[in-house]
Amino acid sequence: MRRVTEITGGRQMQRTEARLGWAMALPALSVIALVAIGPILWAIWESLHLHDLRMPWLGRRFIGAQNYIEAFSDSRFWDAIGHTVVFAAASVTIELVVGLALAMAVDSMTRGRGVVRTAMLLPWAVPTVVVGLVWRFMFETPGGLVNTILVRAGVTAPPIWFADPVAAWVPVILADVWKTAPFVAILLLAGLQVIDTSLYEAAQIDGASSWQQFTRITLPLLRPALLVALIFRTVDAFRVFDVIYVMTGGGPGTATEPIALYTFSALLENLRFGFGSALSVIIFTVTFVLALVAIRLMGRRALLEPMS
Amino acid sequence: MSRRILRPWAIALLIAAILFPLYWAVISSLTPESERFGLSNLLPTRLVSDHYRAVFTERGLGTAVRNSIVVAGLTTLVSVPVGALCAYALARLHFRFRTLVLTSILAISMFPQISIVSPLYLLLRELRLIDTYGGLVLPYLTFAMPLTIWLLVGFFRQLPRELEEAALMDGASRLRTLWTIVLPLSWPGLATTAILTFLYCWNEFLFALCFTLGPERYTVPVAIALFRGQYQVPWGQILAGALIATVPVAALIFVAQRRIVAGLTSGAVKG
Amino acid sequence: MASISLECVSKYFAEGVAAVRDVQLEIAHGELLVLVGPSGSGKSTVLRLIAGLDAPTSGRILIDREDVTAVPPQHRDLAMVFQSYALYPHKTVRENLAFGLQMRHVETAQIDERVQDVAKVLGIEMLLDRRPSALSGGQRQRVALGRAIVRNPKAFLLDEPLSNLDPVLRVETRMELALLHRRLESTMVYVTHDQEEAMTLGSRIAVMHDGALEQVAAPMDLYDRPANTFVAGFIGSPAMNIWPGTIVSAGGRLSLRVNGFQWDDLAVGDLDRDRVLVGIRPHDVDLAPTDGGDGTGRVEVVEPLGPTTLLHVRVEGSDSRVRIVIAANTRVVAGDRIGFRPRRERLHWFDDQSGRRLAAE
Repeated sequence: MRRVTEITGGRQMQRTEARLGWAMALPALSVIALVAIGPILWAIWESLHLHDLRMPWLGRRFIGAQNYIEAFSDSRFWDAIGHTVVFAAASVTIELVVGLALAMAVDSMTRGRGVVRTAMLLPWAVPTVVVGLVWRFMFETPGGLVNTILVRAGVTAPPIWFADPVAAWVPVILADVWKTAPFVAILLLAGLQVIDTSLYEAAQIDGASSWQQFTRITLPLLRPALLVALIFRTVDAFRVFDVIYVMTGGGPGTATEPIALYTFSALLENLRFGFGSALSVIIFTVTFVLALVAIRLMGRRALLEPMS
Repeated sequence: MSRRILRPWAIALLIAAILFPLYWAVISSLTPESERFGLSNLLPTRLVSDHYRAVFTERGLGTAVRNSIVVAGLTTLVSVPVGALCAYALARLHFRFRTLVLTSILAISMFPQISIVSPLYLLLRELRLIDTYGGLVLPYLTFAMPLTIWLLVGFFRQLPRELEEAALMDGASRLRTLWTIVLPLSWPGLATTAILTFLYCWNEFLFALCFTLGPERYTVPVAIALFRGQYQVPWGQILAGALIATVPVAALIFVAQRRIVAGLTSGAVKG
Repeated sequence: MASISLECVSKYFAEGVAAVRDVQLEIAHGELLVLVGPSGSGKSTVLRLIAGLDAPTSGRILIDREDVTAVPPQHRDLAMVFQSYALYPHKTVRENLAFGLQMRHVETAQIDERVQDVAKVLGIEMLLDRRPSALSGGQRQRVALGRAIVRNPKAFLLDEPLSNLDPVLRVETRMELALLHRRLESTMVYVTHDQEEAMTLGSRIAVMHDGALEQVAAPMDLYDRPANTFVAGFIGSPAMNIWPGTIVSAGGRLSLRVNGFQWDDLAVGDLDRDRVLVGIRPHDVDLAPTDGGDGTGRVEVVEPLGPTTLLHVRVEGSDSRVRIVIAANTRVVAGDRIGFRPRRERLHWFDDQSGRRLAAE
């Protein structure tokens, strides 16, 4: 029996198409490899070396996992991780709840949707730096808007927000929620709009209360959109930098310092590139794992809908 | 729940609540320094433009605006065409690992920026690009390329496949088809992608902070974050600067609101 | 005009789904071949394989005896008319027509001339400067045709070009297509799911089912000598009656027990079996007096079809039905008890396992 080793004509045509595909994708992929993949690999390499730009005479020695050991035994590192987790948990939860409420409110409107959507897009479009500055302005002491209102309302000693390690989180989280909850609302709104209203009508006829309709119809059908929002927002919350840099600078002291800010300070203030790279790799790994979990959860289906 | 109609006043209240911080910022930026922080300012009587003038004359925000425009513009100009080419291949052509490539691109867009700051810094230093336009465009491509590719794949897939097949039958090569049929018909998608890319670049802070050295090359977000006052925080100017930073993006939103929402929700883009 | 051949062509999709199985087909130079079958039969896939829009998993495709299996669609010089017409929405009708010629670097003057000629033939000259969105369905269809014709390709591929038209327009356009074919003397491969359309248009018809070619023959051959039960049931409307039957041999003569009645003394010839499938077309069943026919039954539904009437009759002594077509002026109403007699010389015999046609004397 003859082994079929010849390439069939059909396969040849597929190969030509594949080659064209790669050729067209190559420029973009090269750029991405250069500016994203390369640097990550370099960061991993750097993290295994001692590289302190303040002390260039020490050169660049290979020190293996020492930077990592230093990081894991550093209390400031663990504090930063803790801050990041707390921030992420609080922000994302509030954003999802507020976003959902907002989405449902807008969903029930028949007119003026466009106007409201523009209004909702604005916080998201505003530079994060601006968001931070505006909210800092409102919570500034003395005499910021918030405290002025509190005093008027009878609170005799309103907190000095940015001087208090716990209270400082309030404006920070509020700012982040203000920026992203409307965007989450827009994502969820799209999900809400594909839900068939006749489902609600049928439920109403069956005697279901508003709450039951919400938990039995809305939430389950909104699950994919909620999942997407949850995942992307969590990944983003872990990377937080801009808003905290501008509002508290990580302070008071390092009380509000998230891991990205700690890395920044190690890299660009202390110029400890080896150590900073180790921190970078740690953040990257955490985010990467989160992203993988996310992609797995979302299912390849929802992800690859743009292609097929 | 059934679609209850939200009364107009409720809608107005909603919009007011969302936009209040911006309103407050606008009012405060137009208030003279001496009258700051009073609640009476909610409905101001006197508005001055001192801060806006100062921002340009004393702080050189004009330079920062120019820098932002150039950097965001260049990045968009590079990433949209290159991304479109790649996106078309990913959307329509069949090759092995296509799925892997798309998933990877998504994963890369989730990279924490801080993680690549140090290697990028060293790379840019080698290439002598620190504190230059190129030194920002290159890092910006880290997020601009995945963004444009992801959005455009979504837009290209929305075109009816048969149009491209008809062009093939008519004798056009794949590239010809892209140029004469697909691109003209997907210009709304291209525009939205360009707008969103520009927006992301305009708003970017971390890379601009790390890779520029002085006010000559600061972009707008960096410039206003670094406003320093001698005795007190110059809030008037900071807010004025902040609002100037917001004007272009607000304009873009007003113009393209519907398209942006369509692009974001169909392409499953994150925040 | 070119000949087209498919040699042992198969197309399997990723999940092991076979869209096309071992298709062997020869289309002669200048022939109009119709590919017909229910949806999912693979007929559109075959067309796309000929066009080059999909690549076969195995087998070869030849155009004018040349192997084009590896040649991409833009170089095969075939023209395709899509079901949705696929007119370029951002170009005028003129530009739509000219596009293919521009791709082949024909001189502008020549392009203009040919576009004008074709527009005249199809009666769309006044539409040349309009955009597709400003055209009616019928007009778009003509432009789609024009786009194909103007290129003077080796062959035409048409993918259900009439299915988006309303019934009246469909019949009209069908006739025009037939005339066009005669005039251009072109090779055409025409895909449709409508067996009536197939029968009227094709010089030869290829019936497809589940990815395989069931039979390729001239229309009347398909009608009179269907190769299997699928073709028998698919071609011809109303569909053929097909019943399982048992052959009983008694005293040298063979009897056939079928559907509640029995035929004796049947010339079943060499049928060396005891079970068989018997087919008879509704047109080949005559009404008979209730005691004189082969079988009796009660009329359940009477469907007037114009010049004829279709009766759905429930056969007494079994729970199957027979479809009978009678002349419109025969007086029969629902509920009537009637007798019927199939014309023996018009019986079709099929193997009860494979469904394949059996030769009977």
